[in-house]
Amino acid sequence: MTKLVRNAAGREVVTEINGQKAIPFQGVGAYKPEGIKHAPHISSCSDYPADGNKQVDSIREALLKAGIRDGMTISTHHHFRNGDLVANMVFDAIKKLGVKGIRWFPSASFPCHEHLIQYLEDGTIHHIEGSMNGPLGKYVSEGNMHGMAVLRSHGGRYQAVQDGEVEIDIAVIGAPAADPFGNANGLEGDSACGLLGFALADSQYADKVIVVTDNMVPFPCIPWQIQGNNVDLTVEVEKIGIPERIVSGTTRITKSPDRLLLAELTARFCDYAGIIKEGFSFQSGAGGTSLAVGEFFKSVMKEKGIRARFARGGSNKYLVSMLEEGLVDYILDGQTFDLDGVRSMRDNPRHVWTSPFTSYNYHGKGNFAPLVDVAILGATEVDVNFNANVVTHSDGYLLHGIGGWQNCLFSKTVILPLPLVRDRVPVIIDEVTTLCGPGELIDVIVTERGIAVNPLRKDLIDAVKDSGLPLKSIHELKDEAEKICGKPEKNDTGEKVIAAIKWVDGTVIDIVRKVKVQE
Amino acid sequence: MDKLSVTGNKGQRIRSDCELKLELKSEGGIIINLESKVKAMYGRSIIDLCKKGLEFFEVKNAVLDVHDSGALPFVIMARLEAAVKYLIKTDREFLPAMSDDNTYTSSRDRFRFSRLYLPGNTPSMMLNAGLHSPDGIILDLEDSVSPRKKYEARLLVRNALRQINFYGAERMVRINQGDKGLEDLEYVLPHNVHLVLVPKCESGEYLKELKDKTVEILKKHNFIQDVFFMPIIESALGVEKAYEIASSTDNVVALAIGLEDYTADLGVQRTKEGNESLYARMRLVNAAKAAGVQPIDSVFSDVTDMQALEETARLSKSYGFEGMGCIHPRQIQVIKKAFAPEPDEIEKAQKIVMAFRAAEEKGLGVVSIGSKMIDPPVVDRARRTIYLAEKLNLLPDGWESKVDEQ
Repeated sequence: MTKLVRNAAGREVVTEINGQKAIPFQGVGAYKPEGIKHAPHISSCSDYPADGNKQVDSIREALLKAGIRDGMTISTHHHFRNGDLVANMVFDAIKKLGVKGIRWFPSASFPCHEHLIQYLEDGTIHHIEGSMNGPLGKYVSEGNMHGMAVLRSHGGRYQAVQDGEVEIDIAVIGAPAADPFGNANGLEGDSACGLLGFALADSQYADKVIVVTDNMVPFPCIPWQIQGNNVDLTVEVEKIGIPERIVSGTTRITKSPDRLLLAELTARFCDYAGIIKEGFSFQSGAGGTSLAVGEFFKSVMKEKGIRARFARGGSNKYLVSMLEEGLVDYILDGQTFDLDGVRSMRDNPRHVWTSPFTSYNYHGKGNFAPLVDVAILGATEVDVNFNANVVTHSDGYLLHGIGGWQNCLFSKTVILPLPLVRDRVPVIIDEVTTLCGPGELIDVIVTERGIAVNPLRKDLIDAVKDSGLPLKSIHELKDEAEKICGKPEKNDTGEKVIAAIKWVDGTVIDIVRKVKVQE
Repeated sequence: MDKLSVTGNKGQRIRSDCELKLELKSEGGIIINLESKVKAMYGRSIIDLCKKGLEFFEVKNAVLDVHDSGALPFVIMARLEAAVKYLIKTDREFLPAMSDDNTYTSSRDRFRFSRLYLPGNTPSMMLNAGLHSPDGIILDLEDSVSPRKKYEARLLVRNALRQINFYGAERMVRINQGDKGLEDLEYVLPHNVHLVLVPKCESGEYLKELKDKTVEILKKHNFIQDVFFMPIIESALGVEKAYEIASSTDNVVALAIGLEDYTADLGVQRTKEGNESLYARMRLVNAAKAAGVQPIDSVFSDVTDMQALEETARLSKSYGFEGMGCIHPRQIQVIKKAFAPEPDEIEKAQKIVMAFRAAEEKGLGVVSIGSKMIDPPVVDRARRTIYLAEKLNLLPDGWESKVDEQ
């Protein structure tokens, strides 16, 4: 087994991942990289068709032309979420070619990728670096994958590619609209998903780039979210995604009274704390509670005549309605969650598609996450030091990706509305199973049984002390959860390290060990 | 006697509950098979709890299969007790501790604006109910529990009364009709029930019977506090006997109307406007007031239409009702707001009450504002409004001095 060292967050972590050296987390903002960014080989126009037509007949042919061979790193993206057909097609082709030992580098994986377990089994795929949940998460958690998984935030993925930590040999970008030259966007076509931001790094830094579409249009495909000048090959296939699993026809706000209560408390907190003010900005997710928080924000803003400068989405029909009603000036969108979001992004110049480069990349000359006044995020667990976990559940299984979560922690105020108790699972515990975000960046935990403000945020504590809100210490909340659920037993894990969790700067903040399978 | 019993619930949509299969054996000791989504955190404690329970009932040889969906210990205990009692005759009760949070008392004239119904055999809805701040929480043993699950519900409700914090809400139980209702009392009353809802009430006689039984049970357990009754009128006959019912025993504190059953009894459709039940509602309000108890309106069944709920609640208040039932927590605040005094109502009442106090200080028999005389009933109504406003935190502490400044 590789050597473990204790990092600055006090967690034991690996110093080597799949044969590559890894740097332990050194503290927020402590690690300063040196050197220059990674760069792909210089290309020459003379090697590309003069008529701009880079189209080949099949994914197989594209992979062959891109020089596929054993041990390569192949990337795909999660713009189509659980409706993605591209990754499965790519690995079906790789399997048929008899290529082995691939490092799969998706921006995220979904339950639809259960199909790929057979390729993990037979050695076609050596290991996955990217978030995983559902069946893949279970497979990896139980220690079945050959290599170690690496989980990164969206910003961390951009950073890893830019810094050369992950050198992508072939990027395969599924595009709802593309031209034969390789220009592509996510706005048009049956598989419209809004934007293609997660593939930006890949298009810039991968050695070979393949665009796959089911909607080939004549040059130029406008807007060119992905620029054909970065693309080697294009392919048209019958279908790249299942529309109803890509975006929902219509997003609905939760009807759960308990979630609505959480959302209401969160909005009341923000109101008292003076966060909802003229020209403010907020991050709004598409989860049940976040959507409802947005609606409560909306009513406060309407009542007080407040206008937000921008909202960071996850866009959806509710956020779009705020844009259209003039309650927010801009939506800076990271991914669209419903058809209203796609329509608005296509038609409204104030609905802007962003990428992990502009919003999240930590090794850049700034990014806009710290400019956001308040981010409302989720978590599976929080500990008494405000450290939070988003990737595993208390039973140790990998169930969620990090997404933009770590990156959003740099917002001015970070609030996690969480049910304190959910079916006997207490959300506040002594120590998180897996550390994903250091407590110093997490400001407020809102639960149905009380609100805990991080003692580091004396300004917030002062601002809300007379609000009448149910303010409690995080220890009080933990005790309350334990009174209801009982004190949790210590989770037994196996020895084997199955995944490494990266911080936004590429250092290792924690590791995940194999779970003990329930007999 | 049967050797195998199954209690509780499992399935895709089941949360915070468990299903237990208990098979008594003649040898082999105790074998417990646990499947649980919280096994990593609570597996050992669930098995220990089950062992303790079986030992408590002196079960020596059995196989117990536990399929747990995140049930809290009090739920597992209720399911286990039911499983055992389906197979073995015993009077022993496997009780969870009475939580210190649950020993508070109620009072006759407290507000009953909103009372939230919770199905008595559905643990997932119980834990957070109090957080939505209803005036009362009803653990229902009647219509929301299927006939097959009545026995299990009694034990679950009993355990919930001991373990779940309702954060100051009045602790209510709706019992079944007739003899079943009398039996229900045995299970729940010793666990600090404040109020019993009596469904489909049609006679004062039955209430007297319930009262006798209540006194007997309370005496047996050395309880001194009273248990209040809220009979529900749900039939034409009940409406005719409303006053008799409201005044039948001294512990009736409120009279409620149940319009689904009432309109069915009349053979008419229940409408949003409610004209078909206007007579019954007015008669009930009058009977309740005559008997000195609170008239309480029916539930509003469309949980998505908050606008219509608000209108209905306002109308209900204007008829003289002093509360409504809730079937969804989101209805609570709408109802509370509708029944609370309006700002201009409060302002007017403040002036009247201040004038009354001034007159009292000066020893004047007549209250007046400017040149206008204020009649005693108007003063009484104003004082009632101020009382409500103070209790509902609609008036700041020391509001009197602020009125003076104006």
